[in-house]
Amino acid sequence: MIAQELHDLLKTTFGEAILEAKIDGVLDPFVTVAPGRIAEIARFLRDDDRTLFDSLMCLSGVDLTKGNLAVVYHLHSTKRNHKFVLKAVVPAADPHVQSVASVWKMADWNEREAYDMYGIIFDGHPDLRRILMPDDWEGFPLRKDYQVPEFYNGMKVPY
Amino acid sequence: MEVTLTDVEPGRRPATIPGLGRPLRAEEMVISMGPQHPSTHGVLRLELVVDGEIVVDVIPHIGYLHRCFEKHCEHMTNYQQVIPYADRMDYVAAMSNEFGYVIAMEKMLKIQVPERVEYIRVIMAEFSRIISHLIAIGTYGLDIGAFTPFLYCMRDREHVLDIIEETCGARLLYNYMWIGGLSHDVKPSFQKQVREFCTYFRPKIKELNDLLSYNKIFIERTANVGVLPGDVAINYGASGPVLRGSGVNWDLRKNDPYSIYDRFTFEIPVGKGLKGKVGDCWDRYMVRVHEMEQSTNIIEQAVDQLPEGDVQSAIPKRIRPEAGEVYVRTETPKGDLGYYIVSDGTASPFRIKVRPPCFINLSALPAMCRGAMIADVVAVLGSIDIVLGEVDR
Repeated sequence: MIAQELHDLLKTTFGEAILEAKIDGVLDPFVTVAPGRIAEIARFLRDDDRTLFDSLMCLSGVDLTKGNLAVVYHLHSTKRNHKFVLKAVVPAADPHVQSVASVWKMADWNEREAYDMYGIIFDGHPDLRRILMPDDWEGFPLRKDYQVPEFYNGMKVPY
Repeated sequence: MEVTLTDVEPGRRPATIPGLGRPLRAEEMVISMGPQHPSTHGVLRLELVVDGEIVVDVIPHIGYLHRCFEKHCEHMTNYQQVIPYADRMDYVAAMSNEFGYVIAMEKMLKIQVPERVEYIRVIMAEFSRIISHLIAIGTYGLDIGAFTPFLYCMRDREHVLDIIEETCGARLLYNYMWIGGLSHDVKPSFQKQVREFCTYFRPKIKELNDLLSYNKIFIERTANVGVLPGDVAINYGASGPVLRGSGVNWDLRKNDPYSIYDRFTFEIPVGKGLKGKVGDCWDRYMVRVHEMEQSTNIIEQAVDQLPEGDVQSAIPKRIRPEAGEVYVRTETPKGDLGYYIVSDGTASPFRIKVRPPCFINLSALPAMCRGAMIADVVAVLGSIDIVLGEVDR
């Protein structure tokens, strides 16, 4: 299936949950969806016979600046051999996205990483803890407005 | 706030362990393996929840080697500076990391690289597959208790490193593939050396099979251990030898060809369950051995077809991609390495996300270890072949 067909399929199935699409003029066509409905969209894309996206290639957090964060899902179907990109944009002040860890296990650790680096809360994630940074780290390092702390656990960090 | 093991006084049990999601049962015990355990291949800590000798659950703790790769990339003043950093992710096969990154950047900048560059890159990428698998196999034998194969593997690896060293001056971290080209052309004697190596290396694979692969003790330690079924492996996002060991015929070089891989004839080895079930440790191990043979075939074909040309003619003077984003994945020795690069039109990257294969393969470790013995955890972990530099970045 090509990107335009996938977009039309999602648009007819989910209607208002599909917020924006960019199909032409970009290297990887993508569709922006409502962060509160990403799980059902993901489940549909995985199970529907026309799409069969059985593999989540990559899940990334991105700081879009201007007060917004995004989660980007790169999907791939090993059976149909097509690719697609989903995006969910959330405000940085209250970043809540549905977890897709129950759809693809691969999302489990990657959502933890996105939480660790951007502070995006994945609702419904089984075990949302920091993964790369220490458990007691404060702040979310990959946000663009992150300030490197002067002290860690009372110790001065030399730079 | 969850109570952790260190919060309770000695002799009393914690309510829950972070990551386990339930209270410990009376008969269960928690053992910490690593971060300095010799079989964890670096600084990885595994919390094993055990019932006697049986592993009930495994909770991996990573991040000891976290070096803020992605944060550093955003602070680079140009895209070329990322390459030495990319080297340091999977440091036993640094060429493959560079390969993925330069392909992604060339796609973004719409650069067509010269034929000679493509061929040399493929040869180097396949060399890095061989040296990575030699380390994987050697240290796997070491984990299981076979010391000699490690020395044999290191000996053979040295021949490849010598060739690479003569080409680009470095043995481990190369900074060799640049956006649009290569840092150096190969030496005039390169083709002869490569052919000599291929002739030398084929019998060594047979030697390795005689020494380790079909060794009875080795088979008993690895066959039927850590079985990962194919559909579970896909759901976990596993890739590389871990996925193919589970019997899934999936290799990006064939299924989603990049660079010039569609010009070579080679086979994709998959696990067949010859010594046990499909997807056990022996299958994963054996896929690597067969892949080394196939890589040797690719190298021979590539070196025979190597065209003449200038390897630096397509290197751009100024790298400033248009605003946009690209996701490119390549088949490294460990699995699919993906780069998600976002550009905002300036000279420095806006966001570079790496999809590290080891990180994702490692997340399937608990699924492989449940119900196994403690000694099997070592066998399973070795068969995934992780490099902590890539897991933690």
